[in-house]
Amino acid sequence: MDDQLSRVFSALADPIRRDMVARLAVGDATVNELAEPYAVTVQAVSKHLKVLQDAGLVTRTREAQRRPVHLEAEVFDLMTSWIERYRRQAEERYQRLDAVLAAMTEQETPEAEGEAS
Amino acid sequence: MTATTHPETTITADPALPLIRIVREFAAPREAVFHAHVDQTLVTQWLGPRRLVMDVDRWDAETGGAYRYTHRDDNGTYGFYGSFHEVRKNERIVQTFTFDGYPDGVSLETLTFEDLGDNRTRLTGTSIFESLEVRDYVLASGMETGVIEGYERLDDLVAK
Repeated sequence: MDDQLSRVFSALADPIRRDMVARLAVGDATVNELAEPYAVTVQAVSKHLKVLQDAGLVTRTREAQRRPVHLEAEVFDLMTSWIERYRRQAEERYQRLDAVLAAMTEQETPEAEGEAS
Repeated sequence: MTATTHPETTITADPALPLIRIVREFAAPREAVFHAHVDQTLVTQWLGPRRLVMDVDRWDAETGGAYRYTHRDDNGTYGFYGSFHEVRKNERIVQTFTFDGYPDGVSLETLTFEDLGDNRTRLTGTSIFESLEVRDYVLASGMETGVIEGYERLDDLVAK
């Protein structure tokens, strides 16, 4: 696993940081806005942001003094694509199970199953 | 592409908990779906990725039992093993799961078999990992199914 991926994994391993990413998926926000829902200091939120920035998940623009935090969508999309690929692997497996089940019902009656000890 | 009448697999990767939950319905009675999970001959027909050969070294699908199998292709073999913590007939299977390539990692998998009536069954599989980081690594690597990328066989299967 390369360094970039490692950083993304560790960055997203924290529930607060995941929550912040979810909020940023809706739109850019300032550090103060991000800090509002949590019972933590703005400094603590800044530390979390630093981790997300180092992982390349978010960037901060130099726009005036607000310096809103911006989510790098393409990196975040990685997660979505991993989940979808995993889902398709499971679906592929279960379509094979469909075929096995279809062959079973052709061969035996359900009663034969019931009394097996 | 997937012109199937079966409800497709749904997957949940909880943002705050290190788990993956997969739900799928089958057009078969619960007894049959359960049997296809514990019978070694039947399991080898569907569990492994299509292009890999599945060799079972051990398969004791009962409470306190264990399993070990490998997936094999031209590039090498991928081993998996674990214990059957509980095999409750037609209802539930709880097992551990470890990939030889990552021996420090172990996940706990719970499968439940739900009778929906009318010869339909809902299978819910929940895998719990040690951390969100490990869970995400598993998602990213597709480790469970042995590093497969291709779905070229999918259309053939569906067309049957």
